[in-house]
Amino acid sequence: MMNILELIPAELIRILIGLVAILVFIALNALILVYVERKVAGFIQRRPGPYEVGPWGILQTLVDAVKLMGKQLFSPTGGDRLLFWAAPLLAFAPLPLLFLSIPVGKNLVAYDANLGLILILAFSGLNVLALCLAGWGSYNKWSLLGAVRSVSQAVAYEIPLLLTVLAVTLMTGTLQLSAIVESQGAWPWQWNWLVQPAGFVIFVICALAETNRAPFDLPEAESELTAGFHTEYSGMGFGLFFLAEYTAMVVVSSMCTILFLGGWKGPGPEILGVVWFFAKVYALVILMMWMRWTFPRVRFDQLLNISWRWLIPLSLFNLLYVALVVKI
Amino acid sequence: MTTQNLAGDFYTQCFLSEQDESGRVILNMGPQHPSTHGVLRVIIEMEGEYISRAEPVIGYLHRMHEKMGEVKTYHQYMPNMGRVDYLHALAWNWAYIGAVEKLCQIEVPRRAEFIRVITCEMNRICSHLVWWGAYLLDLGAFTPIMYAFDDREQALDLLQMITGSRLTYCYYRFGGVRTDIDNQFISGARDFCKLMKSRLPMYKDLVTDNYILRKRCEEIGELPLEMARRYGATGPVLRGSGQKYDVRRAEPYSVYPELDFDIPVFNECDAMARYRVRVAEMEQSVRIIEQALSKLPKGDVMAPKAPKRIKPPKGDVYFAVEGARGKIGVYLASDGSSTPYRLKLRSPSYSNLSLFAELAQGTLLADAVSILGSLDLVIPEIDR
Amino acid sequence: MNLFEEIREAVKGLYSLAVGMGVTGRYFVKPEVTVHYPRKTVDNIQTYSGHVELLQGKKNPLESDCIMCGTCERNCPSGCLTVKYEEIVEENPEPEKKKKKTKKMTGLIYDYSYCSLCGQCIENCPVDALGFSNHVYWAEFDRCNITLDLLARLREKLSKSS
Repeated sequence: MMNILELIPAELIRILIGLVAILVFIALNALILVYVERKVAGFIQRRPGPYEVGPWGILQTLVDAVKLMGKQLFSPTGGDRLLFWAAPLLAFAPLPLLFLSIPVGKNLVAYDANLGLILILAFSGLNVLALCLAGWGSYNKWSLLGAVRSVSQAVAYEIPLLLTVLAVTLMTGTLQLSAIVESQGAWPWQWNWLVQPAGFVIFVICALAETNRAPFDLPEAESELTAGFHTEYSGMGFGLFFLAEYTAMVVVSSMCTILFLGGWKGPGPEILGVVWFFAKVYALVILMMWMRWTFPRVRFDQLLNISWRWLIPLSLFNLLYVALVVKI
Repeated sequence: MTTQNLAGDFYTQCFLSEQDESGRVILNMGPQHPSTHGVLRVIIEMEGEYISRAEPVIGYLHRMHEKMGEVKTYHQYMPNMGRVDYLHALAWNWAYIGAVEKLCQIEVPRRAEFIRVITCEMNRICSHLVWWGAYLLDLGAFTPIMYAFDDREQALDLLQMITGSRLTYCYYRFGGVRTDIDNQFISGARDFCKLMKSRLPMYKDLVTDNYILRKRCEEIGELPLEMARRYGATGPVLRGSGQKYDVRRAEPYSVYPELDFDIPVFNECDAMARYRVRVAEMEQSVRIIEQALSKLPKGDVMAPKAPKRIKPPKGDVYFAVEGARGKIGVYLASDGSSTPYRLKLRSPSYSNLSLFAELAQGTLLADAVSILGSLDLVIPEIDR
Repeated sequence: MNLFEEIREAVKGLYSLAVGMGVTGRYFVKPEVTVHYPRKTVDNIQTYSGHVELLQGKKNPLESDCIMCGTCERNCPSGCLTVKYEEIVEENPEPEKKKKKTKKMTGLIYDYSYCSLCGQCIENCPVDALGFSNHVYWAEFDRCNITLDLLARLREKLSKSS
């Protein structure tokens, strides 16, 4: 037995353990975030939010998940069944990989790839494909409109996102996420967000757009497109999209934390690193929720205008500014 | 090309058969669509996200109110008026009651007139608050409707105190109102006015000044005055286009000439102008309620000689009031029997909706939703 | 519009967004205003006009004042009230005079599913025998359960109270 275990490289075991931990985290995280989202919405709107199931309603999302699983799965007649069911799976599948190279604490990372940043950016791009397939496979005009919107939105916002990420890597000189964190200090004024505040703001805006959160939730704009790309989904098909949305929120927040807010760094002993990391991530997530429950939705051409007319030039200037700072 | 092979119902087929081969998409918005507020259906021909043609299809909520008026006695028809426009039910109550009173020449006590003004204006604020929340919901903001309903709840509690119901009122009677208002109501109404005054700045901060909202409303759905007149638009839609027309001033009724209030008018002609008119109207309604409360005379609330059975003389009469959506008119022709010979209801939403087909042309789908919301349609009123 | 103006507008726009966030942020910490419905109930039920009810008689507190005239029936817009009575013919001891007829009320059937709570029956009742109840939380699974016999309801209520 021992021999077999020794044959497997230690790195692989680490990745496998990491993957299991990540899957557990994704499921738990979605349950918690949906609950938090509904509570935040409730408090902002001066109502209690869920409060019936369990103490303070904490079991509400669990019950909802069970309900979603128990629902009948419909697929629309005339739609492409293969694409229709491939879409939610494709939306969900890359998520564990996204977490693989995110350093939660010092040395607490499943696979510390030296191209971790590229890995995350590449896999998060797959989400668009899922929305596109969902819209096409649904055989529904509203879904199709949602899909078309999501593709052009993703294309428009990938560019400024990449440019700001590029500015950070230009400063740190590495694509390894743990190294980017290491380059920042423990105190808030030693983090990257003060060095390039413009980059930070652009990143947050792009993150909202990339995760299709309000005020940029155009692919699923429910007052215009009924429910956009997931109009036709029922049961767990919808559940997987939901899961993907909330996980994507955490991914972009962790990216933002690592790139601009010092990752696990923070005052206090190093053992507190994990706490700091998650505190920052969830603060960003709650900020995203706060925005969602405050603002109206932007119009589609305005959304593209923001990107092409403001964010891309600004991120280019930001890049130039960072290059100058690094040079000097 | 026969229409036999085409999909969809009669209306869609009309669209499809006229369609050229340029690959336009026909989209059915409604009757079950989140932003058509009920069962309005709009058939849209789209080129990409742009609307090349839009046509509203109505009649999904037709309840034959006008025909019911011909078979029911004058008293029996009263509860129908609360159901025509459920958001500003008291204005419709008033329009019908006023028409019958004019025909039968029933004198209304002054106290009853003031109570009518107070309740009708309070109902107008409720109606505008619902519109405000629902419009923001159309534009994708979820929270404002909750704040609006919070305020509206206070007004509904007050109205429930005297009318007994919360939405479909049947409160006015031929020659007065059903119940008198008491001190509890008066102090409650004063508190409500104070509350509204304190809440309006919050609405401005949260919504009116919001950059995203302004971009969604400004220069959207520009309705020139000439076009508004052509379609017979009234109410905030017309006032948003720069015409100072309000039935309360133009064809004064009740005690409105004694009260001091402005008619908000905006000249921008866009959705934002209509939005601003309604928000300003809420302020003016608060002013009217406060004045009416302080001027409230003592006396009866029912005319002592109000007939128990209405049998008007032969003749016809037209009476109009200003509703939250525009001019509400009731035309009544009597042949001297106990039921009207003909009853015609002029609903403002019907005229305001007819604008939409022309207004939506060439706009984005999201703008069409914004325009539809800014017209403040109540579907039961359109179909009657 | 030149670049400077556009930047100024964008900054002003961002500021307005921050103000909006401030408003919702303030409401986030304020207490909730809703009522937890099944656990708590609202306190303004007294002023609510629920379904129509036959009131306790003013002269005879054990019976209704209803004189079975049928005014409510005729005035109801949707015809949801039906007065039921039977005529009792009493033998008059003096044979040349007319036989004495009395009406005995057997029921007042009220179909709530058609009622629009307008209050026409209540106002037109010559003896004020009808009134609104405060019965707010009334829901049924079956439509036929919505029909009430108001007289039986009144009698049940009176027998309970006595």
